[in-house]
Amino acid sequence: MYSKTVIERFQNPRNAGGMHGANAIGQVGNAACGDIMKMYLKINDNGVIENARFKTFGCCAAIASTDMACDLIKGKTIDEALKVTNKDVMDLLGELPPHKIHCSILAEESIRAAIEDYYKKKEKETKQAIKKSAKKVEE
Amino acid sequence: MERKIYLDNASTTYVSNEVLNEMMPCFNSIYGNAGSLHSFGRDAMAIVDRARDRVKEAINASKANEIYFTSGGTEADNWAILGVAHANANKGKHIITSQIEHHAVLHACEQLEKEGYEVTYLPVDSTGLVDLAELLHAIRKDTILISIMAVNNEVGTIQNIKAIAKIAHDYNILFHTDAVQAIGVMKIDVQDMEIDLLSISSHKIHGPKGVGALYVKNGVRIDPIQFGGNSQERGKRAGTENVPGIAGFGKAIEITSRNCIINNKKLKNIRDYFLQRLEEKVEFFQVNGHPHQKSNAILNVSFYGIEGESILMLLDLAGICVSTSSACTSKSLLPSHVLKAMGIPDEIAQGSIRISFGTNISKSDVDFVVDEIQNVVAKLRAISPIQAGRM
Repeated sequence: MYSKTVIERFQNPRNAGGMHGANAIGQVGNAACGDIMKMYLKINDNGVIENARFKTFGCCAAIASTDMACDLIKGKTIDEALKVTNKDVMDLLGELPPHKIHCSILAEESIRAAIEDYYKKKEKETKQAIKKSAKKVEE
Repeated sequence: MERKIYLDNASTTYVSNEVLNEMMPCFNSIYGNAGSLHSFGRDAMAIVDRARDRVKEAINASKANEIYFTSGGTEADNWAILGVAHANANKGKHIITSQIEHHAVLHACEQLEKEGYEVTYLPVDSTGLVDLAELLHAIRKDTILISIMAVNNEVGTIQNIKAIAKIAHDYNILFHTDAVQAIGVMKIDVQDMEIDLLSISSHKIHGPKGVGALYVKNGVRIDPIQFGGNSQERGKRAGTENVPGIAGFGKAIEITSRNCIINNKKLKNIRDYFLQRLEEKVEFFQVNGHPHQKSNAILNVSFYGIEGESILMLLDLAGICVSTSSACTSKSLLPSHVLKAMGIPDEIAQGSIRISFGTNISKSDVDFVVDEIQNVVAKLRAISPIQAGRM
């Protein structure tokens, strides 16, 4: 049912667990479908993903997919990471059974969710900075 | 050699040596077609007849001709539902079953709905029991059949079959029960329990695969669903008799009923010990099913914060075979229909595995398995975004 790579990644994921100092966290999926994926990214000031880790509630394919997705985006810029698709994940995993393809799609979505979170946080920071400087001007 | 422990006996079992010995001559020595008139055929028929007697004894049917051999539990269930519905359509087109039946019953009912029948799927309580008041409420003038399983295959809950049959007969309705998981687990007496139709399967009780039976009480109207030779199974079930399978099934059911009490004691000891060890070693889990009115062979456990298939896979890599009722292993992605009907939330239902014991499991096997479960659960919880302690 599963390729050797899927089993290997599932058994010994390289990027499993949370991350201290993550500045981008995205969560996708729901328990009814049996998969919840949480992606943790550390993105530096140049917009490069320095580190990626995950936590996943889900089946073998879900865990292997998120682990592979982390590998795919590490060292990449945000723009490059946004180009990573579920097909890239599947290509590296070898093969996924048809009813497990959604796991690779969720992995792709988890990357996007984390980057979205990064931009939201950035926006908040920017707004706060503007408020602060406005206050200073008033004073 | 790597240690392998099989804890999926509710899926299927090994064929016992006694059963194999019973079957072997039917492949190359007594290989006649049981429908043939000559001596080879008569010898084969004698074997089929003996097996039929053994099944009759095991379920205490009043006559052997009430036993019809089938290709297994699924065919028996399909036949009971479709055959009774078709033969009794003039009386009504309403059927009552439960939400936790095996798909062999549920999908047959769905087929009937396509044919214009109406089906009521009774809910169950949190322990998996059908509420008799709900049953009474669902009965209509045009109800022709009630089909409720004896023992649930996922959680092991045992239904109040005798009471349900009594209600059915009070209203002149036929009663069928899927007893595939019940043989060997509880005493089945079709006369005492007033059962009209009963499905059983061979490979769950150390018999071969591909054979089962439907008990049809004499006088019950049922149409065939399989067509061909008119002589086989008294014109009710066409197809050359699977003589080796039937011979094995007969032996298997004889042994299982003979050992029913002692095996149940063994299974209960194993299960209780397992649960005791699990409670010592693992936190945050629940046992699904009825607390005591249930099969000793089945233990359905939900581990909080993690998903069943990944538990199954990691245990498999450690040489331990269990199953998951979470549909993640099947093509649908929804959690088990049984756990859902019992009102178990999705995230807990998704974390369930079914451990089904055999009498060959030792205490040292249990120790080994529980230690592995402890490792696997810890490993998966460490990488889960859901905190088990908060569920």
